[in-house]
Amino acid sequence: MNGAQSPLAAFWAEFRENWIAVAALAVVVIIVFIAVFAPLIAPQDPYDLATLSLMDARRPPGHVGSGGYVHLLGTDDQGRDLVSAILYGLRISIQMGLMAGFVSLVIGTTLGIVAAYSGGRLESLIMRIVDLQLSFPAILLALVLVALLGQGKAQLVTALVAAQYAYFARTAYGAASGERRKDYVEAAAATPLSGRRIVFRHLLPNCLPPLIVVATVQIANAIALESTLSFLGLGLPVNEPSLGMLISNGFKYMMSGRYWISVYPGIALIILIFAINLVGDQVRDQLNPRLKR
Amino acid sequence: MLGFVIQRCLQAVAVMFAMSVIVFVGVYAIGNPIEVLIPPEAPQDIRAETIARFGLDKPLWEQYFVFLGNSLQGDFGRSFVYNMPVLELILSRLPASIELALAAVLGATVLGIPLGIYAGYRPHSAAARTLMALSILGFSVPTFWVGLILILTFAVSLGWLPAGGRGETVVLFGIPWSFLTPNGLSHLLLPAVNLALFKFAMMIRLARAGTREAMLTDVVRFARAAGLSEWTILVRHVLKLISIPIVTVFGLELGSTLAFAVVTETIFSWPGVGKLIIDSITSLDRPVMVAYLILIAFLFVTINLVVDVIYAALDPRLRRGRAE
Repeated sequence: MNGAQSPLAAFWAEFRENWIAVAALAVVVIIVFIAVFAPLIAPQDPYDLATLSLMDARRPPGHVGSGGYVHLLGTDDQGRDLVSAILYGLRISIQMGLMAGFVSLVIGTTLGIVAAYSGGRLESLIMRIVDLQLSFPAILLALVLVALLGQGKAQLVTALVAAQYAYFARTAYGAASGERRKDYVEAAAATPLSGRRIVFRHLLPNCLPPLIVVATVQIANAIALESTLSFLGLGLPVNEPSLGMLISNGFKYMMSGRYWISVYPGIALIILIFAINLVGDQVRDQLNPRLKR
Repeated sequence: MLGFVIQRCLQAVAVMFAMSVIVFVGVYAIGNPIEVLIPPEAPQDIRAETIARFGLDKPLWEQYFVFLGNSLQGDFGRSFVYNMPVLELILSRLPASIELALAAVLGATVLGIPLGIYAGYRPHSAAARTLMALSILGFSVPTFWVGLILILTFAVSLGWLPAGGRGETVVLFGIPWSFLTPNGLSHLLLPAVNLALFKFAMMIRLARAGTREAMLTDVVRFARAAGLSEWTILVRHVLKLISIPIVTVFGLELGSTLAFAVVTETIFSWPGVGKLIIDSITSLDRPVMVAYLILIAFLFVTINLVVDVIYAALDPRLRRGRAE
């Protein structure tokens, strides 16, 4: 590598060496693309009850339905075309994952950095709460919160954020308390700059690498958590079926051999989560200074 | 050391107190239990009598203190749905969950650690890369979906293993266990594999990360210089170096596996506490929810306390740093 490369180009050059990670990144991009443009790609709007016909319910893959087109992956118990349902489900999953990931990133990072910078009582109070929460399984917390708050997108995101912000807070705290003792922060603190400016302009950028890693993993986790909650019947309302709910509905019919309702949405979900995690794993290895010679 | 232990115990008590308030107030916000308890056509005097019997006419803080006093004596009230003492209900379901969690965590550890050490020892080999990709797959695949696929493959298509329930049990120490009969074992296998998969992936990654770092230490360099075989280095030195974090995670995971079992137990109709909590959430059985959450919180606080104390016993620096 020559010295003239920008850090980003150097990062990409190293990333490119692992072809699995590159393939995974491509898959993520493709899935996000088809999810965003789902209304244009999908043969049917699965949320529009008028287009659904119970005549088409639980048909196997390859069935030509009353709409006159082939249901490539079959239909579910409401007569929804599974290809369309999966595309729309991916949309919801990605939306939930990004929203939960972003809000937890903001809240968690702020708490972690403030704790590290302020020190004293505030530091021990914040970190006690965070540690307490980290010791408690996220899925239970989310489960209880969803049960308490009721169904809906906002409630779900709240539950996911409550279950996840602590990971960001811990990471940000770890990175920031390391940075805090360095000379550049001391030097900035000696100038009349405000505390807020030092935190956001000087500390934060240097804490970003580990946070990026946590963010990728947590977006994947949020997607998995959302589908699990929906599977247990505690996620989104029934009229907006997410992938988890499709799988849950299909479970009832699996014993009689109608596997496709559960299996295909699950495969879509796994490909998405797996690809995100593969990318995150490569980024983690690249940003881990302990693995550098 | 004694001061440290006392301080940590007091902290744990404070945390438990806070958790009990949060759980009690939080669960109080769900629905109206009167609707669950009393049929709408019930006459007014029966309504009033039932409300008074469950103490639902008192203010919230008074209900809390009654609850606190009772629960300290091991009385968490009666389940609205099963009409039996909650503690008895939960304790009767707990062995099934513990059996499942232990089977899963033990299996994951025994298989995961050797594979992880290998992946860390030869991180760039094709086998290690495949193993790592597989472990990420293990993380990525939602537990509930694996459960479905296991049932579809081994119960529906092949018909080799049962899809749900505990099967025959043998009573030992007054508690029924599944793993002692062939039929019970066949019922235990699928849910245990389902629950273990996530832990298995984690153990591989943990052992790999530890081994990769351990291989760069002076211990390994000197052991090699002393002419020890690679096998001896791995088993005698690397395993020792990576064992502390693994033991910690093993302890912590045992607790979280009990919590994760919610999903697995629901799919495989395994009659443990996880299935109980889901059922009680859907039927708004508040005493069961409160008691379950408080017992889980107690479990986690205790595990953390034990881990902290063991750490302090092993590493004097932590003892001094925290106690002052």
